[in-house]
Amino acid sequence: MSPSLTFIVIGLLAIGGYLMGRRRAVAVAGGRPAALNSLPGYHGYYVAIWAGVPAALLFLAWLVLRDPVISSLVMDSLPETLTAGKSQAELDLLLATIRNTAAGVGFASDDPAIVTAAGHLNALQDNSRWMASAIVLVVALAGIAFAYARLGPAFLARGRVESAIRVAMLVCSVIAIVTTLGILLSMLFESLRFFQRYDPLDFIFGLTWSPQTAIREDQVGSSGAFGAVPVFAGTLLISAIAMLIAVPIGLMSAIYLSEYASRRVRAVVKPVLEILAGIPTVVYGFFAVLTVAPAFRDLGALVGLPVAANSAIAAGVVMGVMIIPFVSSLSDDVMSAVPRALRDGAAGLGATRSETIRQVVLPAALPGIVGAILLAVSRAIGETMIVVMAAGLAANLTANPFEAVTTVTVQIVANLTGDTAFDSTKTLSAFALGLVLFIVTLFLNVFALAIVKRYREKYD
Amino acid sequence: MTDSVANPPAPRFASVHTSPEARARLRRRYAAERRFRIYGIVAIALALGVLGVLFFTLVSQGYSAFVQTEIALDVHLDPETIDPEGTRDPARLQRVRYNRLVEAALREAAGGVAEGQERALAALVSTGAQFIVRDYVLANPDRIGETVRIRVPASSNADQAYKGFISRDVPENQRRISDAQFAMLDRLEEAGRLATGFNTILFTNADSRQPELAGLWGAVKGSFYTLLVCLVLSFPIGIGAAIYLEEFARKGRLTDLIEVNINNLAAVPSIIFGLLGLAVFIQLFGLPRSAPLVGGIVLALMTLPTIIIATRASLKSVPPSIREAAVGLGASKLQAIFHHILPLAFPGVLTGTIIGMAQALGETAPLLMIGMNAFITEAPDGLVDGATALPAQIYIWADSPERGFVERTSAGILVLLVFLICMNGLAIYLRKRFEKRW
Repeated sequence: MSPSLTFIVIGLLAIGGYLMGRRRAVAVAGGRPAALNSLPGYHGYYVAIWAGVPAALLFLAWLVLRDPVISSLVMDSLPETLTAGKSQAELDLLLATIRNTAAGVGFASDDPAIVTAAGHLNALQDNSRWMASAIVLVVALAGIAFAYARLGPAFLARGRVESAIRVAMLVCSVIAIVTTLGILLSMLFESLRFFQRYDPLDFIFGLTWSPQTAIREDQVGSSGAFGAVPVFAGTLLISAIAMLIAVPIGLMSAIYLSEYASRRVRAVVKPVLEILAGIPTVVYGFFAVLTVAPAFRDLGALVGLPVAANSAIAAGVVMGVMIIPFVSSLSDDVMSAVPRALRDGAAGLGATRSETIRQVVLPAALPGIVGAILLAVSRAIGETMIVVMAAGLAANLTANPFEAVTTVTVQIVANLTGDTAFDSTKTLSAFALGLVLFIVTLFLNVFALAIVKRYREKYD
Repeated sequence: MTDSVANPPAPRFASVHTSPEARARLRRRYAAERRFRIYGIVAIALALGVLGVLFFTLVSQGYSAFVQTEIALDVHLDPETIDPEGTRDPARLQRVRYNRLVEAALREAAGGVAEGQERALAALVSTGAQFIVRDYVLANPDRIGETVRIRVPASSNADQAYKGFISRDVPENQRRISDAQFAMLDRLEEAGRLATGFNTILFTNADSRQPELAGLWGAVKGSFYTLLVCLVLSFPIGIGAAIYLEEFARKGRLTDLIEVNINNLAAVPSIIFGLLGLAVFIQLFGLPRSAPLVGGIVLALMTLPTIIIATRASLKSVPPSIREAAVGLGASKLQAIFHHILPLAFPGVLTGTIIGMAQALGETAPLLMIGMNAFITEAPDGLVDGATALPAQIYIWADSPERGFVERTSAGILVLLVFLICMNGLAIYLRKRFEKRW
């Protein structure tokens, strides 16, 4: 049975279990449903849970585990002569050959030992497939039988079903933690493999980044240098340009919309500004390449300034535009949390509106605005598509916004897309960069969210 | 002011407000006030101006991709070439090289061709034309031997020239259509063989190396499967997590940890989720690359925080009296939630879910990590087929320098934006229509 068919069968069994449980409950009540502890439906759900959940979990576990288990069984069955003294990479290659031979595609081999192993693999796969289906079916039916036998007038079906639902909901909310852990562990694991091959200190403080690793032994410049300082510097440069655009424009438009604009203007302009936040980043990237970068180049040519085709300023400006609504809506929130009394007090002392804003509202909201800006910085650092399309690929340690620089996210994409072997130093370096990116944005986010939250509460 | 009237001999006091210095100060303050206001207006105008330029660029670059130049050819379905044995066997008809028929028809349509110009002429018609003729023959085997008029797409270069994007004033060696080809196009037009029509290929084909044959259908289907997986996973899990956190979780370490995690996950860069998908789902669990299944799982993890936060907000907005009434009538806590509170909160939940789906639809970076930016010429037929998604397709096309792909990139973006506008519009409608103020 194919996996989706198995899931459908489990689902059908669960539905059947529900109907059986319900009918049984009505039957044992002897025509007086009030004699039951729980409504008949709960008896049905109880049987359905026992029919579906264990079988589905078991089947999922099989789906996850089958490949590694079968592979190791096949490798163990190989004669000593084939495996003795081989490195992990060679063993992987051997396994791939056996797989190809078994499936009859690609680089098959006609070595008798490998053909035997391939036959073994096919047999194991076929066996495990029907065995898994059979076991899953048996477990589902056993679940139905077990649950069915327990039903009765005094059986606390509702309590059981509700606690099962509660556990399921708890599992749902724990997924957030599992995701974070998964991110952290996978980054750490791959980064450790990277740092086994490359000095961590050199990664953090090195000034040369050229991830080209050799495909052949005799290639020039084959070693690859992974000093990430130019990459970090490029990220900071582009983020700084973005913030120079986004903070003044975002802040001023938030101030105008919340303090000056009439209700009608606000009702129109605010959603239109929000459109900027809803546009996919790949669109901004295309816009940067197609319109903004050539515009800056022509402008530079006009005043005799050499501007690179993929200059930092083009990517930075477009990223800034993308972040404007982010800054403006967050600072709008923070400023509207400043109590009316402070504003009225300033007005009573004769301050003009702008004086009230600059000398009373902004200072009172400053921590919250700083939090908003930090969140925006975190978003700028992690933004990928705009820089992948509009920024440079070569690392370049410069503070000149008219030159091309590269960023952390660009390097992650560049080193992981393409057809290099997955465990080369080059691809692993992407995970090290990802780890740095995750940690930096994590700190920015947690810190900024804490500030924003604290100041929202302070004036409540 | 009353002070100065009541105490006429206090000129020092009055001068604070009426002296020339005071008037100058007041003028300066009012000027500063006006300037500040103008800064605000300028800021908004800048932001809206960029938005306007963005849309203008996309529409002006992309509108031309919705029409395609077609060449009407009188193709003689020569039985000698197609089916010499006369068996009408589909497998045999499939293998015929129909490009000879196309080229012959093209020569006839252009009124003959000078010696040595055959290839230049053939380059005016799309390389996909032979497959259109093939499909015609397979569908109408009884017309073999007749001459039929078939409209085939022009090649991308001829298409651009006919639409007027290739200027004849540019030196010949710097444009993709030679003078001779321009002359052929002119002859074809005089013969009434050239016309532009709605570009159905854009909506029915998957990707292709030839701009005139490249379409969005594969990407739309890929996005559909990806979002389907994303919705099936994130919707129930998001609601379950939100109900647990809002209704059951006691304040404590675990709850705080979960909340910090959810808020943080909402702000983690999307590419990190892509790395997670690559390392865990593809490397560790051995799921296939470029599959909508993996894309959907990764996007579901990204969408979860949005759905959880929206669901919690709308659960919170249901007044406690409803819950108390339900519990007072003997409902259990879960019955109160599932029978009364959740249905009342559902418009808000749906709105949050649709907005989350819209975000997921526009997301590109994680898809690059799991290989959904591959060049795939077949629309996917399932969750584990190789596929791209709309934004990934836009990214692929944006990498190609040909004018034909530039206009298709813009057109793809317009299609993506139409989807996003529809989804967000639906979310706003649901909110306006069903939102209750208690």
